[in-house]
Amino acid sequence: MGTVSEPSYRKRVGYHAGLLWAMAAICSAAMVIGYTATFKDIQQRQREDMLSSLRQVMPDEIHDNDLLADKVDIPVDSAVIAGNTLIRVYRARKQHVATGFAYQITGFGYAGPIEIMMGVDVNGKILGVRVIAHAETPGLGDKIEVKKSHWIEAFKGLLLGAPPVEKWLVKKDGGQFDQFTGATITPRGVVKAVKQGLEFFQQHKQSLLQGNTAPAAGKSS
Amino acid sequence: MSIKFSQIARDGFWNNNVVLSQTLALCPTLAVTSTATNGLGMGLATTAVLILSGMMVSLVRDLITSEVRIPVFVLLIAAIVTIVDLSMNAWLHELHKVLGLFIPLIVTNCAILGRAESFASRHPVRHSMFDGLMMGFGFTVSLVVVGLVREALGSGTLFASASLLLGDSFHFLELTIIPEYRGFLLMILPPGGFLVLGFLLAGKRLLDRKLAATDNKTIPVEFSGTDQATA
Repeated sequence: MGTVSEPSYRKRVGYHAGLLWAMAAICSAAMVIGYTATFKDIQQRQREDMLSSLRQVMPDEIHDNDLLADKVDIPVDSAVIAGNTLIRVYRARKQHVATGFAYQITGFGYAGPIEIMMGVDVNGKILGVRVIAHAETPGLGDKIEVKKSHWIEAFKGLLLGAPPVEKWLVKKDGGQFDQFTGATITPRGVVKAVKQGLEFFQQHKQSLLQGNTAPAAGKSS
Repeated sequence: MSIKFSQIARDGFWNNNVVLSQTLALCPTLAVTSTATNGLGMGLATTAVLILSGMMVSLVRDLITSEVRIPVFVLLIAAIVTIVDLSMNAWLHELHKVLGLFIPLIVTNCAILGRAESFASRHPVRHSMFDGLMMGFGFTVSLVVVGLVREALGSGTLFASASLLLGDSFHFLELTIIPEYRGFLLMILPPGGFLVLGFLLAGKRLLDRKLAATDNKTIPVEFSGTDQATA
């Protein structure tokens, strides 16, 4: 590089431009190849992730259907649940009777959106809550992951009325949920999102449970 | 042109340590070292990118002119990081879930551009890859040390969730050194990173001075022994 014996063509602007162009083309080609080569596997991994997070919020013993197959999209006012205009609800059924609902909601933490999967039974009682994706600070806000701490398990069994609505806050704000050392915004965002998730279920309970008394109704799409 | 492998190892690990001597890559150093495990994860991912980028830059070093070298290096590094990110997501999915947060950050690691510029563009492929390995090793060790201190003082644990990163056989690394510890927030937050890093930098200077005083000529030879054993 830049030695005295450098041939003259290398000093031309055309050589520089051509070199940059060629490098950009090679790198783009490599990325396209990498993207296509990994696309299917990444999709597959994401489906597996989705299924495993559904399993965590929806106990196996209450359903016998394919969770990923029985889903319904419910349009929501984005003012009700920030960021989402459509909520995909996965229905759990046992012998064709709906036993629970799992859906994904978005909370807002310290570093952007937190994707949360939650499962409720037909009465709106929480079967489980799991964080699927987030960008919170490693070592601080990431205690919302079940792998890092048991915090998220505290939601299990709760209802919108028990604890009372005004207690759905972190302790710092006068509620009943713990915050973390050094991270209040993250758990605050999760608690708020779960509460909104329960409110969403309350609002759409009727339509979700429609025709549920007749087992023969089977799968509605 | 010919530089000895032992010299590369010494430079990468100690004399020219990315964090402690070059004081490069401070953004990832301060950002992810709230636990030793995070530091280790970042260090390993960065090492992989350093080796690959060293190889690629060294391969094209005779084609590149000094006028356009920086954009070419940036392109190469960004492409490598993207492909590493995609492949890990597809084929090492569990590891990607743990490291996923850190991988895109590697692009912003100026140490990688620094090594491309100052080493890989001037040395043969084998040497450049070895330099990437040793620089990465030095970087990883620095990050783990900063992480260990911050984690021990900040949360009272060592290598928390290391088994998520390294596999279940590494459960033994996870230690709670202070049970029922309420935590010392300052160490986990960024100021803790600056504090620990400052003490480490000062410590290295002191040590270097002491070593230079005992062996007046060069930085002591005994380090080459440890370097090669670990390399």
